[in-house]
Amino acid sequence: MRFLPLTDADRADMLKAVGAKSVDDLFCDVPAQARQSGALPLPKGLSEMEVERKLSAMAAKNMAASDVPCFLGAGAYRHHIPAAIDQLLTRGEFLTAYTPYQPEVSQGTLQYLFEFQTQVALITGMEVANASLYDGATACAEAALMAARVTKRAKVLMSGNVHPHYREVTATQAKFTHLEVEALAPDPFCIEDLMGRVDSQTACVVVQLPGFFGQLSDFSALASACQAEGALLVVAVTEPVALGAIKSPGEMGADIVIGDGASLGVGLNFGGPGLGLMAVKEKYVRQMPGRLIGETVDADGKRGWVLTLSTREQHIRREKATSNICTNSGLCALAFSMHMTFLGEAGFTKLAQLNHARAVQLAERLAQVKGVKLLSKTFFNEFAVQLSKPAAQVVDALAAKRILAGVPVSRLYPTWPEMENLMLIAVTETVTDEDMDALVSGLQEVLS
Amino acid sequence: MSLESYTGNRGLVIEEPLIFEQGEAQRSGVDLPDVPDVPDRLGGLARKGNIGLPGLAEPECVRHYTRLSQKNFGIDTGFYPLGSCTMKHNPRLSEKAARLNGFANLHPLQPEATTQGALEAISLLGQWLMDLTGMSAVAMSPAAGAHGELCGLMAIRAALEDKGDARQIVLVPESAHGTNPATAALCGYQVVSIPANEKGRVDVAALKAKLDNKVAALMLTNPNTCGLFESEILEIASAVKAAGAYFYCDGANFNAIVGRVKVADLGIDAMHINLHKTFSTPHGGGGPGAGPVVLSERLKAFAPVPFVRQGKNGLELVEHCLGEAEKSFGRMKGFHGQFGVMIRALAYILSMGGNGLWQASSDAVLNANYLLARLSAELTPSFPGPCMHEALFDDRFLKDTGVTTLDFAKAMIDEGFHPMTMYFPLVVHGALLMEPTESESKQTLDIYVETLLSLAKKAKAGNAAEDFKAAPRMTPRRRLDETRAARSPVLRWKGEAVQ
Repeated sequence: MRFLPLTDADRADMLKAVGAKSVDDLFCDVPAQARQSGALPLPKGLSEMEVERKLSAMAAKNMAASDVPCFLGAGAYRHHIPAAIDQLLTRGEFLTAYTPYQPEVSQGTLQYLFEFQTQVALITGMEVANASLYDGATACAEAALMAARVTKRAKVLMSGNVHPHYREVTATQAKFTHLEVEALAPDPFCIEDLMGRVDSQTACVVVQLPGFFGQLSDFSALASACQAEGALLVVAVTEPVALGAIKSPGEMGADIVIGDGASLGVGLNFGGPGLGLMAVKEKYVRQMPGRLIGETVDADGKRGWVLTLSTREQHIRREKATSNICTNSGLCALAFSMHMTFLGEAGFTKLAQLNHARAVQLAERLAQVKGVKLLSKTFFNEFAVQLSKPAAQVVDALAAKRILAGVPVSRLYPTWPEMENLMLIAVTETVTDEDMDALVSGLQEVLS
Repeated sequence: MSLESYTGNRGLVIEEPLIFEQGEAQRSGVDLPDVPDVPDRLGGLARKGNIGLPGLAEPECVRHYTRLSQKNFGIDTGFYPLGSCTMKHNPRLSEKAARLNGFANLHPLQPEATTQGALEAISLLGQWLMDLTGMSAVAMSPAAGAHGELCGLMAIRAALEDKGDARQIVLVPESAHGTNPATAALCGYQVVSIPANEKGRVDVAALKAKLDNKVAALMLTNPNTCGLFESEILEIASAVKAAGAYFYCDGANFNAIVGRVKVADLGIDAMHINLHKTFSTPHGGGGPGAGPVVLSERLKAFAPVPFVRQGKNGLELVEHCLGEAEKSFGRMKGFHGQFGVMIRALAYILSMGGNGLWQASSDAVLNANYLLARLSAELTPSFPGPCMHEALFDDRFLKDTGVTTLDFAKAMIDEGFHPMTMYFPLVVHGALLMEPTESESKQTLDIYVETLLSLAKKAKAGNAAEDFKAAPRMTPRRRLDETRAARSPVLRWKGEAVQ
């Protein structure tokens, strides 16, 4: 077996050194009745060539979003990733290291995470960011818990414009803790009243920018209302590219910004791994979950980086820790950080403008299609439309024509009949004019 | 001769400033098409002012990250015996497989008819995890080990509440990973600690004394963090069951027993499996991992959404707590779990096969016992062997030498080894926990053993404490001041923004 260096001669020598007759003897502590007898119910090992053949065949059964016109978003966005990023990401020193517990031999990981923390803080307009969480949805639940710790309150007011998975994961967490989530109805028409619901019991209000249904809102007044009641404002960002074009949550007065960074550098991967982002006001940092990298000096006085404020974490504080998180999304954070570095200020802002302009172009064209009504008055690179037919049907019909038209809202909200005809359409820089032509004519055909 | 150079560089070890100290706003490493001139729909929320991001051209970016990589130690660099982390070789075929267009460029919300291959991959991996453990069900969405623990405990709590049983306590041995008590707290439980006995196992009498009708679950790591199999596990399992509680097993150390032990026969209700440990997906400097959880029949109905099932037109995703998922405790992760990690694990299992997995756990255990036997000549093993996949020593061999576990570990770095896990588990003094995995050759282990024996002799000979305390000397940075980092935290670059 190609991954196993020991030879039978090695094994015999080593058993002699150990003083055992066979490897079976080393398992003597396992109760006899729990020992596996006979061969494992798995196929025999395969050569590299055979594995590749098998998995390629499996992959080929999927319709890759890169091979067809694709307008899917709803929390996962397809962007072009510079070729150099993947080449650098697979360097063994990055790929095969673990959590930087030994800083002297982990300065590479520590420095890129410090740069990552800074980049996330800058684009969100916040003071500090952590070194990543699992994904946006789990980061949302962590933010709610963190707000409850900071305010010593339990009530979480959840906007209907937050991604349904973020809402669901937070609700799941609430079932098992003292958190109480007041989840407002999904809000495609932007009619919910959050401000009127904030009171002295509220730990936090969770909103999303751009909203799940696409719209852009200025949360500055909501931030002030929260502040007046001693509640925190949590802003979720599922599409960080938007932050290159719009006012940052920090400028609006957010206390905690969470989101998913998979848009940059990580890619789609059927939705996982994601990259949980969390940035906060510095005064709350000791209540923050997750790893943090800090600057210091070494024994020679040279600048270096270490894991810091670990007394928040499970390996020190055990049941009193701010979270149970250990392994997070280190390599995804590197991918994100590299993509940000490659883009830089000029590239990041231009990428955002390009996404927006392309989305505006498509929205204008779709507004002319019979049976399509544009719901989002403002948007970044994704908007909601109301169709004259159930969106899931339309999406399936267009998928049969090899067009991934959008996300039917009913997939995420199956028990809301009023959502049945709603569809989300995302447009990134990867969408061509020909893709838009295909969508427009496909919709004309299906809706006629 | 002085080792100081004009640049501060030392040959291949090159000083590398932060990107914020070398970029400028106009430069970029990416060329993009022109932006069409259309009126914006941002509703007056357009960003004003600079973000402050530095810009670098592509060659500068490539060099920056190449230099950073050279300041890191990975499995590819050398022996990385970090205990409890299973730092085994990461096959590059797995990387290639995860990057296949039909996997990497798949959107999670595409119609199911267009993602049958992906659903097949998740389903097949899940089936194999059940086959390997003999368990009845599997939850594939947890993102890492600690997240898997949370999944298991949430299923347990949901099952208890379904019976109207509001138990409040979770028992956790004191040798457990910190994630265990932290997870129990996150699931709303009170943690009660169970002591270890003199053999490094759970004190069964103490455990039984604490088992009553307030206990929801026992969380037990097996093989445990001392690298030992819990030999009284069947007795423990039946006591837990008799008390009406559930048995959660932390499967972080599953690599020792794959193909050797049927988890289902141990009386376990839930166990997470770290794909980034046992199934060799890369640790990536701290993730992403994946922590699928295998479940017993009595927890099956409470598993989280989503999961894959066979429908009439092919494979389907059950994404909501409706119908057959009515009792599910809910969703704990966005989309469908760590799909990219699952593909890597699948490629690994296909490569190994049942025979290879059996050989891998056998070699992992043999390697650890070899370290335990040979290092016992100078180091002090905490418990007699045989051990499972890791060998635990404590710092008695350093007594009165002035050298600590930390000093010893740092001296290993200068010898070209990544240190073992230090000061964990907490049940022995100054722990040194080594997990060689099956990836290491006898030659590597022999050099490692000779090196550690010589370091131990040097420490014991006396007058070496200063030397040890100065280590490491040859790394990109020497010992870092962690107290200073925590006392006045600098968590981001705060220089002048790039204009």
